[in-house]
Amino acid sequence: MTVTIARERWSSRCLETTLGTGARQVTVGGETTLPFLHFEGEIPHPPVVALEVFDAPPQEWPDFLSAAYEGVLGDPAAWARKCVEYGADLVALRLTRIHPDSENAPAEEAARVAAAVAAAVEVPLIVLGCGVEEKDAAVLPEVANALAGKNCLLGCATQENYKSIVAGCIANGHAVIASSPLDINLAKQLNILITEMNLEPERIVIDPSIGALGYGIEYAYSIIERMRTGALMGDRMLAMPVILLVGQEVWKTKEAKTPDTPEWGEQEKRAVLWEVTTAASLIHAGGHIAVLRHPESLKYVKEHIAKMMQPQQY
Amino acid sequence: MILIGERINGMFKDIREAILNRDPEPVKRHAVLQTQNGARYLDVNTGPTVAPEDQPAVMEWLVKVTQEASPLPCCIDSTNPDAIEAGLKVHRGKAMINSTTADQWKMDTYLPMAAKYGAAIIGLAMNEKGVPKDANDRLALAMEIVANADAHGIPMEELYIDPLVLPVNVAQDHGPEVLETIRQVKLLASPAPRTVVGLSNVSQRCPNRPLINRTFLVMAMACGLDAAIADVEDAELVDMAATANIILNKEIYCDSWLKTFRQR
Repeated sequence: MTVTIARERWSSRCLETTLGTGARQVTVGGETTLPFLHFEGEIPHPPVVALEVFDAPPQEWPDFLSAAYEGVLGDPAAWARKCVEYGADLVALRLTRIHPDSENAPAEEAARVAAAVAAAVEVPLIVLGCGVEEKDAAVLPEVANALAGKNCLLGCATQENYKSIVAGCIANGHAVIASSPLDINLAKQLNILITEMNLEPERIVIDPSIGALGYGIEYAYSIIERMRTGALMGDRMLAMPVILLVGQEVWKTKEAKTPDTPEWGEQEKRAVLWEVTTAASLIHAGGHIAVLRHPESLKYVKEHIAKMMQPQQY
Repeated sequence: MILIGERINGMFKDIREAILNRDPEPVKRHAVLQTQNGARYLDVNTGPTVAPEDQPAVMEWLVKVTQEASPLPCCIDSTNPDAIEAGLKVHRGKAMINSTTADQWKMDTYLPMAAKYGAAIIGLAMNEKGVPKDANDRLALAMEIVANADAHGIPMEELYIDPLVLPVNVAQDHGPEVLETIRQVKLLASPAPRTVVGLSNVSQRCPNRPLINRTFLVMAMACGLDAAIADVEDAELVDMAATANIILNKEIYCDSWLKTFRQR
């Protein structure tokens, strides 16, 4: 019996974004169909995976996660090189020290660390602020300046603080992460506000906010999926690539933090699986850049992506 | 909702004079204005005062001038096949032919033309006997156009069935029939053809025309209307189309919905 393969006809495509410079430059997006449906349209670039680097030794990581970065935890540049050794497509520097409840480190210091990390690796750099909107608005433009011309991805810009961050990105040739709280309407509106500042839509990456597996992943899944179908039907203000901040969500879950128990088994294996499953699920929804923490997770997610990028035999 | 700007038409005095004097400025002005206001196509029509033998040359000029001022495709509007082909020849991008009827000789003229130039086409649900009285007769004629278009390999997404809107002050009983036709055209084929109306016709010679146009547009959209040839220089009409689009869940909501509709 012959089976007719049903093919959806989409009228539009996702926007394409290139990050970094030189040989290790990364391009994501540009798809003309839903994730991995090679028989239906073009998937010009595979999703990519980043590993996180902190600007100070992380306080709350389990020992086995810190152990993966033993010897480099106090040295962000060396840590970043380690991430590249592990196979990261990009490095995501998280500025924890600028948090007002932490050291409240000044912008110049953050800029110095970011410049050192950028100089240490050839892969594109993502810089994530501390999440306090006011502080990020003050720090990220300085970081943007210190990284001028390196075509980095800076964030997260929210509806409250996007103006100074976007201005810093425009002035120094970076892309921006536009972050919204699990709300597709707000995501679209923020993208419009940012493009009204004359940043091209191709220079925006959407952070829809995500939940880890068991912590609301389905909300993120359906929002990302809806963005993708919107993009394919011609909605340019939802057609930007999507970044998945997986590590930050997964490593605070009970499943990742609970030590070995007879019922739940070995903690490290469980935590890595949690990170891999969360990332893979959201990549299947339409995510483009997954930011992870454990190098084992990176290995599994990259393996999965490689298999999904093989064209179907029909 | 695909809005087709109606303003570049020799029926309007300023365009009639522009054609007479070969003055491109009024044409360009309306091309730009309609583009800014959210049109997706610009209708171009020489109007009835141009002699049939001059229509091809005038259409060619109108299309060229319009596309110099706007990146939009044109909806090439004429009852003269030579004028339509003259417009198609110089058109950049994917044009729309306005229009064929369900008369066989017209379908045999215009459908091959649409196929040859890769143009979309409007099919009027009428024939030499005139405009049908009710929805069923309109649908029967629409079905003939669907079958003929299909035979010429024209994709259903590029066929726009026009159920023919008549002025509400003289043909009030046609209103519900038109709305019913719009609903049922979607059942004629899968994928379904699209639907279009010449919106301003509903308010011919009535007072408060914009109100009638706007009201009818939203009602027709609720019945599934895909496109309208309309006065896109009426900002409130465009606002209502944008808002109906949101309410019908055709586009993902955001606070700037009036703006995104115009930018598409």
